[in-house]
Amino acid sequence: MSEEHSPPSKMRDFAGAAVVAPARRGLWSDARRRLRGNRAASAALALLAAIALAALMAPALSPWGYDSLDWQHLAQPPSLTAAHWLGTDRLGRDLLVRTLHGVRLSLVLAVLASAVSLLIGVLWGAVAGLAGGRIDGAMMRFVDVLYSLPYLFVVIILTTLFTRGSLIVLALALAAVGWLTTARIVRAQTLALKRREFLEAARALGVPPHSILLRHIVPNVLGQVAVYATLIVPQMILFESFLSFLGLGVQEPQASLGNLIFAGAQEMESAPWMLLVPAAALVLLLLCLNLFGDSLRDALDPREH
Amino acid sequence: MLKLALRRVAALVPTLLIIVTVSFAIIRLAPGGPFDEEQGVSPEVRANLERLYGLDQPLPVQYLRYLRALAHGDFGPSLRQRDFTVSELIARGLPLSAALGLCAIALALITAIPAGIAAALWRGPGADLSIAAVGALGVALPSFVIGPLLALVFGVHLRWLPVAGWQAGAPRYLVLPVLTLALPLAAALSRLTRASLLEVLRTPFVRSARARGLGEARVLWHHALRPALLPVASYLGPAIAFVVTGSLVVEAVFGLPGTGRYLVQGAIDRDYPLVMGMVIVYGALTLLLNLLADLACGWLDPGTRHE
Repeated sequence: MSEEHSPPSKMRDFAGAAVVAPARRGLWSDARRRLRGNRAASAALALLAAIALAALMAPALSPWGYDSLDWQHLAQPPSLTAAHWLGTDRLGRDLLVRTLHGVRLSLVLAVLASAVSLLIGVLWGAVAGLAGGRIDGAMMRFVDVLYSLPYLFVVIILTTLFTRGSLIVLALALAAVGWLTTARIVRAQTLALKRREFLEAARALGVPPHSILLRHIVPNVLGQVAVYATLIVPQMILFESFLSFLGLGVQEPQASLGNLIFAGAQEMESAPWMLLVPAAALVLLLLCLNLFGDSLRDALDPREH
Repeated sequence: MLKLALRRVAALVPTLLIIVTVSFAIIRLAPGGPFDEEQGVSPEVRANLERLYGLDQPLPVQYLRYLRALAHGDFGPSLRQRDFTVSELIARGLPLSAALGLCAIALALITAIPAGIAAALWRGPGADLSIAAVGALGVALPSFVIGPLLALVFGVHLRWLPVAGWQAGAPRYLVLPVLTLALPLAAALSRLTRASLLEVLRTPFVRSARARGLGEARVLWHHALRPALLPVASYLGPAIAFVVTGSLVVEAVFGLPGTGRYLVQGAIDRDYPLVMGMVIVYGALTLLLNLLADLACGWLDPGTRHE
């Protein structure tokens, strides 16, 4: 989505000229064109970009760190004229800085966990679908069993085991449950692809299984996977906040949206802004991601139109 | 139907055994023990503690012992809550957690299905927009945001209901927790009901029912509603998983002494028998409720009955 190979006006010219073959109008450029026409999606993307930029720049711009204590201003309510725009918590830590820090942590963890889970899911599903028979049965049975547990329980078991507060472990624990649906989607796609002539031709020519996997299967399932990826990122943010809210995820003094909301809920009778600020940030973030994800799904799947 | 039900019940046993084995394996193979954070414990005392709880035995022996005890309904002692066995903790927490979950599912069904039907019958820009808004907020407002917000409005500001806490026999302590669990579920279920009813109302058999001169009410009650509720019944499985995980948050937000809090505390304390007991109980519960949801689907849809 970030890079633009050709300006839109030129593309429309090409499409209008009957002589030129519509070579550049593949899945992705079509999707980009549709997405740009969708005003809600553009607004959501712009807002997301602004939030992400603010979250990345916050440490550089603000005089306060996420764990720096300001003893002059303990539990200050939000005020644009004060030193802390969105107030402080009981220890005098700036709530705006901590919320942005939490957004950054949530985004990084969610993207990392989604990437790992998509990688596992695509490989697992493609290998199972391609191998078929007993191997397929065993691999998908494993997925079924994990599916039958409420996924957050698996994550809770995993977080019980390792050093609490390690972000890598947290991301891996989240990824450990996220790949199941991807594996199922990719396996179904692979089974459909397997019957196609071009794969039969590749097999007849003696192409080894690993290159069939990487050159024919994986590129052909990426469109579906991309659609699912837009669903899984907000879900990972939700899971991460859920765990941190329960005290099983990101630990103090690190701030995550989940543990900020938990801290705010403890203080809501005397300092409601401590609850409202991170809760609003989480809701905004999830709304934007879901709105953008829905639009991307529609853009990539023209059959719905 | 009965045969199908019996076969599905029989299939539960191996699945449960796999759940027990996998969670036992992950928990025991991981580094770190429950007595690591104990202050001022000499190596001898620690060795004695581990012998007391059977942690010094080889893993296969521990596993067989655990299975044998499990067959007798014994989940072992809690390592941290020293005076209690896991079974006692479960017995203490389960009634409250079950009441919470069942009330939430019931409330969601009672409100969402009529709301979804109404939204499908009376369509208009205002109604469609509010349905879209409910859907968007349902996705973006997780229970750990709704819960504290409800407590802030109804507990702190309006003072209508207690902010948190629990007293046996005082149902007003359950109002906000049940609402917190039921709201997102009702949002999802009402959207599902609306979409599925709209789809059914477009099918040929509804058109021919109308062509035969049946009134709208009769078309709805006798023809359209039952197939329209099928997706709702199949959504009950995910809904159950949602309520089970959501109850962890709700019990933490409102300070309810249910099983969810024991699970979270057990995970924080690395209390292995407690975590495993809870995972097994919740796993069995989820499987069983999913089975009931499947049977409800079979009852609604004659096509799946004669498999």
